[in-house]
Amino acid sequence: MTALNEELKRKIIDVLNLEDITPTDIKDDEALFDEGLGLDSIDALELIVLMDKDYGIKLTDPKLGKSIFQSIETMVAYISENRTK
Amino acid sequence: MLEKINIQKTCIIEGHQIVVDDKLVWSGAEVLPFSDFAKEAFLQLKIDYPKFYKMDALSKLAFLAAEYILQGEDTDELALVLANKSASLDTDIKHQKSIQDADHFYPRPATFVYTLANICAGEIGIRHGLQTENAFFVAEEFPKETIYSYVDYLLKSGKAKRVLCGWVEYFQEEYRALLYIF
Repeated sequence: MTALNEELKRKIIDVLNLEDITPTDIKDDEALFDEGLGLDSIDALELIVLMDKDYGIKLTDPKLGKSIFQSIETMVAYISENRTK
Repeated sequence: MLEKINIQKTCIIEGHQIVVDDKLVWSGAEVLPFSDFAKEAFLQLKIDYPKFYKMDALSKLAFLAAEYILQGEDTDELALVLANKSASLDTDIKHQKSIQDADHFYPRPATFVYTLANICAGEIGIRHGLQTENAFFVAEEFPKETIYSYVDYLLKSGKAKRVLCGWVEYFQEEYRALLYIF
C-alpha cells in the first residue's frame, strides 16, 4: 500500500464516518459504491469536497466522477496526476 | 379528542438515560458528550444500520427514541407526528461555520442535508419503511393541542392505524426526546 493510498483511505473513513472500518478493510481495487463499500450520492459529494479541499482538484464535470471514484486505485491515479497541493 | 389514557407506549431520552414505559432500559455516563452516549445507546440495540453514524445529533436522537419505543411493535400504517423548539438549528450553525470563510469555503454535503428539522422524521420513516403521513411542527413548547388533534384526525379518518408522536429537541448538547404511540 502506498502512502497516498493509506492517506486517502484514512481521509475517506474520517469524512464519511465509516464506523468500524480500517484502511486495511478497504481493498485498493474494491468498488467504492454499490456492491463495494456501499457509498451513496451524498458520500460522492463529500468525496468531491475532499478532492478540492485536500488536493486542490476541482471536479467540474460530474460525468468524470463515476470513473474517478470507482476505487481507491482510480482515485489515487487521478490525484497523483492532477493534484495542486 | 385524545386523552392521556389513549397512550399505548412511551419513550423518554434525557439526561443520558432511556426510559420506556417508566422502565429504565439504558443509562450512559453523564460525562459523555451526546455523540458518545448516542453511539453507546445505538450499539446496545445490536442492529446493523451504518447510516446511523452519518446522521446529525437531532436525527440520532429521534432515531434512537423511535428504535427503542418501536421494539416489538407493529409499524403497519403507523403515522409520524413530531415537534421541537430548535428545529435543525444545531446543524444549521455547523453548516454556517463551514461556509463562513470565503477563502476556505467547503460546505459539507453530509451536514447540509440535515439542515431541515423534518429530516429526522424521514430517517425514522426510512428505517421502519413507513409510507404513511408524517408531519413536523416547530413550537416554543410541546404543542399538545395541535399534535393531539392531528393525531385524532389521522386515526379517525383511517389515514393511520396508530401514530408515533412527540417531542425531539436537540441544541448544543441539550436534548430531550419524548415519544408516544397512540
